[in-house]
Amino acid sequence: MKVGVVTFPGSLDEVDAQRAVTLGGHTAVPLWHGDHDLKGVDAVVLPGGFSYGDYLRCGAISRFSPVMAEVIEAAGKGMPVLGICNGFQILCESHLLPGALIRNDHRKFVCRDQRLRIENATTPWTSSYDEGAEITIVLKNGEGGFVADVETLDRLEGEGRVVARYLDVNPNGSLRDIAGISNERGNVVGLMPHPEHAVEDLTGAGTDGLGIFTSLLESTFV
Amino acid sequence: MARVVVDVMPKPEILDPQGKAVLGALPRLGFSGVTDVRQGKRFELEIDGEVTDAVLAEVEKMAETLLSNPVIENYAVRVEATQ
Repeated sequence: MKVGVVTFPGSLDEVDAQRAVTLGGHTAVPLWHGDHDLKGVDAVVLPGGFSYGDYLRCGAISRFSPVMAEVIEAAGKGMPVLGICNGFQILCESHLLPGALIRNDHRKFVCRDQRLRIENATTPWTSSYDEGAEITIVLKNGEGGFVADVETLDRLEGEGRVVARYLDVNPNGSLRDIAGISNERGNVVGLMPHPEHAVEDLTGAGTDGLGIFTSLLESTFV
Repeated sequence: MARVVVDVMPKPEILDPQGKAVLGALPRLGFSGVTDVRQGKRFELEIDGEVTDAVLAEVEKMAETLLSNPVIENYAVRVEATQ
């Protein structure tokens, strides 16, 4: 599959994301925030970083970039979209995902190898994992506290849209230990920790993150 | 010229870690009697011409679309007198 990876001004992790996409068996297609088309890609990754300097709110400016108009339209038609960290924030600001991400409750930037449980292995981004799989990938964020009102949280839980949950410690004050969620259809997934930093033994916290990028391949055979 | 001010505040039920940090710093500096601090944002919009109802409606739209995130923030729009 052709997987687009968007670079916004201030993105940090697009090169790692491209590499992870390639290791996952796909062709990585670099996309620019100013692009008005998605260059025929089958899926899109919004990488981590500090797009537009996190000005106003994390992801608030990026959400109105030309490429996001295309991403929002494609997501509506069912294209798989993954937002990692800042990408998750952009998806929330775009209203493709409910809730919002606020400053960590302990007010410090956090960088750690984080254990997670995959709660929903039916999305196009998690189908490589077994339901309930426990994985360790890198978490690094300053504004990663997932919040939403109680009704939204209950709906997410009830509809199986909590994709991943923090284990051992809650690193940022996210409500109900939520690390990742999906939209109703399941094609749009936001994840605060970084699977693209855990795809090779040489660096990072092992290779537990690779499944996110091989899932696309598997889900095409479903 | 006229100025329209948009105040954006985190909703009461949303944790405000920055406000908490300020609250924690005040006693260390010798200030007492403050029981809570909430930190928000203030936007000053310089408007070309009269601030009509149509202009205010437009600013409301700006506040809702870009200046605030209605999921976590409330906003208030008001006209400020300028010299």
